Amino acid sequence: MSRYFTDEHEWIDVAGDIATVGITDYAQEQLGDIVFVELPAEGTTFEKGDDAAVVESVKAASDVYAPISGEVVEANGALEDEPALVNSDAEEDGWFFKLRIADASELEGLMNEAAYKKFVASL
Amino acid sequence: MTATDDVAALEAELPLEALPLDAWHRAKGARMVGFAGYHMPIQYEGIMAEHSWTREHAGLFDVSHMGQLTFSDETGGASVDAALETLLPSDIKGLKPFRQRYSMLLDAEGGILDDLMVSRPGDGAFEGAAIYMVVNGATKYDDIGWMIEHLSDDVTMNHMADQALLALQGPEAGEAMAALIPETADLIFMQSGLFTWRGVPLWISRSGYTGEDGFEISVPGDSVALLADALCALPQVKPIGLGARDSLRLEAGLPLYGHDLSPAVSTIGADLGFAIQKRRREEGGFIGHARVMKELAEGPGSKRVGLKIEGRLPAREGAQIYAGDVLVGEVTSGGFAPSVGAPIAMGWVSLPYSALDTALEIEVRGKRIAAAVAPMPFVPHRYRRKA
Repeated sequence: MSRYFTDEHEWIDVAGDIATVGITDYAQEQLGDIVFVELPAEGTTFEKGDDAAVVESVKAASDVYAPISGEVVEANGALEDEPALVNSDAEEDGWFFKLRIADASELEGLMNEAAYKKFVASL
Repeated sequence: MTATDDVAALEAELPLEALPLDAWHRAKGARMVGFAGYHMPIQYEGIMAEHSWTREHAGLFDVSHMGQLTFSDETGGASVDAALETLLPSDIKGLKPFRQRYSMLLDAEGGILDDLMVSRPGDGAFEGAAIYMVVNGATKYDDIGWMIEHLSDDVTMNHMADQALLALQGPEAGEAMAALIPETADLIFMQSGLFTWRGVPLWISRSGYTGEDGFEISVPGDSVALLADALCALPQVKPIGLGARDSLRLEAGLPLYGHDLSPAVSTIGADLGFAIQKRRREEGGFIGHARVMKELAEGPGSKRVGLKIEGRLPAREGAQIYAGDVLVGEVTSGGFAPSVGAPIAMGWVSLPYSALDTALEIEVRGKRIAAAVAPMPFVPHRYRRKA
């Protein structure tokens, strides 16, 4: 399994043709206390860059974009009951949704962990 | 990730200025944002933790962005009182030394230009000024311009640009303040006094904007870091950012100027009629009086109300409020309320939909969420009204 990162602070785990998407630990730290996550319905299809989810922190609502194109096959229902999971475990249990990848070539421009760490350090 | 309604994005045209505690906030690990033209701390350890700390212990807020003004004359205060009564709908002449009152500036149509606190100093505080006033940071220069235009020439207004302002708020604020200055224990809500701490003159009022007991402390800018350090060295006190200040005041049902109050709305609609004492209603003589009297007689067109919201999705400022298909109003402040454990909001709805428990819907990103008009405050006030 490979993990990719975007400059919008999302992570993507790829296993076969399924991509699991979440926001990074850096992103949750920036957002602060998360009180609600609006997730896409199963079957929704996204083009890369579409609005895919909304994270509501105490202070603001923030959009999460689809990092690649695909069809939603599962959303993380655990976040409905416990949105703070994104704060406590952003890069594992706090995942947002799983996509069936439409175009694997879109992964090519994304960062690996080392590149993302460097990117965050530069902010 | 893009914040769609971050405070920082609303400001940002002019270069931001630094307040006296700027370096102090940064040393405490604050995340700084632009607010009212200044770099200000939005949070230190996190909004929820800071909010809860203030409700349970005592929080220290830097509100030095607010405008601190004094008014003097050569007639022992009579000219100041007469002049301010033409601008403010509140009873200024009857304001006794060491007492404070909530008031507002109204325009000719009765729209709200700003809300403010007005106090009568005593013991020679503020160089013997007749009145001390605190106005909002984002509106202070407009307020000053308005007052220069409308105040008579025999009144001198002084903007104390180098004066800092701290708020100490929470159930343990009294204990903490008394640890530094024991005499402050005698103050009750909306009462002030001049105190000296380590040779520094402090004007302290028992007031604030969180719904909790607490104090607002006017302190010279060059001494504020020393005072902030002394307060935060106490076990009851932690520094609290703007984020929690907003969630605390929303739970307390207190309106925020520029959001819940604006020139487009009126005092009576805003449910702030308590700021206009009987004599002022009857005698008038202030800008905006006609609107106040008309709305007292006929009712306002719309009202500021509290809204409880079903579910967990917060409705934020700008969300539209419906009764069935009819658009009846708009949310002016909203968010998750940590002490309530649910989203709450404040908004303006047209009069027929403003009664308690009226069922409404709020549109958030194309979806309707159920809401109802709710009593405010959402969290009971705990002011110290008796000694």
